[in-house]
Amino acid sequence: MTANVTIRIQETDFDIAREISALTKGRTDIGAVVSFSGICRGDEGSETIAALTLEHYPGMAEAEIARHAETAMSRWPLTGLSVIHRIGRITPGENIVLVLTASQHRHAAFQAAEFLMDYLKANAPFWKREEGAAGTNWIDARAHDDAAAARWTKS
Amino acid sequence: MKVKYFAWLRERVGKAEEMIEPPASVRTVDDLIAWLAQRDETYAHAFETPRVIRAAIDHAHVKPDAVIAGAREIAFFPPMTGG
Repeated sequence: MTANVTIRIQETDFDIAREISALTKGRTDIGAVVSFSGICRGDEGSETIAALTLEHYPGMAEAEIARHAETAMSRWPLTGLSVIHRIGRITPGENIVLVLTASQHRHAAFQAAEFLMDYLKANAPFWKREEGAAGTNWIDARAHDDAAAARWTKS
Repeated sequence: MKVKYFAWLRERVGKAEEMIEPPASVRTVDDLIAWLAQRDETYAHAFETPRVIRAAIDHAHVKPDAVIAGAREIAFFPPMTGG
């Protein structure tokens, strides 16, 4: 059976259960689905956050996620994967991103999900701006996100 | 060629995209950043820390020494913070 790959960038929320069903529907060769959800926190360090606004680079964001999806598919024996990234204004407690990976066995699904998230954070063209008590600020990238992505390229 | 700006770089430049025609001496992404920065004070401020600015040519990440000849669309943006 062919791999089931879904990539979406959208303003609306997603339903995790529905997305898992879509990934596994009609298949009996899947033994493991790993789900990662990134959720908007209500604070960043000591600062309270009222909301995040996510900007993206249309066209490149999809292309970059697709490149990472292809790498994941070639690196692990996956039966499918889904990446859904929200854009626009997101308030604390709301979903930001979903990564699902499906495989015959859990090891590949766990590893591929972590790989995809590490690469998305460091390489997918999205930017977060936070609304706090002191106004709005673009969130700074973190060195440890780059380091997390880099470790997958080590032998 | 078309140039696009994102996040705080877009805000500092004051526009999301524009068409530019740099001279032939502007060969690389680094050259283009230097050329943009010397246009006026707004661009100088936007590109004052070239080290933190990332670039993409035709939707693919590139390094500062990438050659821009033949590019349809060049984008400049700060390090990414999605996910």
